[in-house]
Amino acid sequence: MCKFCKTNPVITLTNSNISLCSSCFIKYFEKKVFRTIRKFKLLDKGDTIVVGVSGGKDSLTILNILAKLAETKRDLKIKAVLIDEGIKNYRSITIKDAQKFCKEKKIQLYIYSFKKEFGYTLDEMVKKLKLNPCIICGILRRYLLNKKSRLLGAKKLATGHHLDDEAQSILMNQFKNNLELSARLGPITGVARFKNFIPRIKPLYLLTEKETATYAFLKKFNHKYVECPYSQDCFRNDIRDFLNDFENNYPGSKHGLIFSFLSVLPLLKEKYKEEKVRYCKSCKEPCAKEICNACEIIKKLK
Amino acid sequence: MPKVHLEKENKTVNVQAKTIAELLKKLKLNPTVCLVTVNNELVTGQYKIKSRDKIKILPVVSGG
Repeated sequence: MCKFCKTNPVITLTNSNISLCSSCFIKYFEKKVFRTIRKFKLLDKGDTIVVGVSGGKDSLTILNILAKLAETKRDLKIKAVLIDEGIKNYRSITIKDAQKFCKEKKIQLYIYSFKKEFGYTLDEMVKKLKLNPCIICGILRRYLLNKKSRLLGAKKLATGHHLDDEAQSILMNQFKNNLELSARLGPITGVARFKNFIPRIKPLYLLTEKETATYAFLKKFNHKYVECPYSQDCFRNDIRDFLNDFENNYPGSKHGLIFSFLSVLPLLKEKYKEEKVRYCKSCKEPCAKEICNACEIIKKLK
Repeated sequence: MPKVHLEKENKTVNVQAKTIAELLKKLKLNPTVCLVTVNNELVTGQYKIKSRDKIKILPVVSGG
């Protein structure tokens, strides 16, 4: 039974063993997102927020909640950006979900494609470059999201990353002995704020993937399950399965990982603090090297 | 025996179980990675299955 109203529950929260009904869960979920925003100071007065959407459950969930917040905070402006990588039988389906959603909520949606921006779809790039598709996609998508958000006047770029995504990233970096990458994690990302770099915020930081999927289901955001044809090959998938098995055997493990990480994150950020950011010699976008990873890929395509 | 539709695999199977938790165990599915609906309503592992229930198992993990 629901802990608060004694009706049929829709979820049992693994870290607290509390069961909630549909309406109590929606209240709990939205309240927790608002609390995360306050706790980590993710928003400032008068911010223009660009939400990176894919049309999937996570991004539509955060877009919905931020749009709801903007109804009460009139100085907050919300826009949505979708990157169409050009993945056959996949992205075209989620684009429709995003378009339908934004039309209903009256949110401006801007769509940019790899084909138009770089001359090739991801499918074509994979054939040409013989590189891991998830690496190409991740680099070029982050590049476009930052650049386009800035051009749209964004102060922050919000993404649908949730607790599971973060827990996976922490563990992946541990296994690869790359703490410098972990220093760039957290509810608001980037070791420091630099010109041309739009800080990224993760308002779903303390919500699990199951909670997010439950919210999206109850709100009827997606109608069909579609899977990226490239998702099978990721190292992340193995880490995800490992963490989910562990969570099933030892409930609350993922929360434990996140909260212990949050307590060492300030030390990591201090250790890997960048005094100066570099700008790519080719495209002038902020980057860590002389030539950014996106330009390296574009060069290989020519 | 209730019919169970597996959304990700897009197939239907017959499984005998008293509760959703038992059903997931029989199907070797981790409750952390799936949502279960009975007659289109979300339920938890404690739900007691009735013979005419229409059960669906939906994946939690995004496909991308």
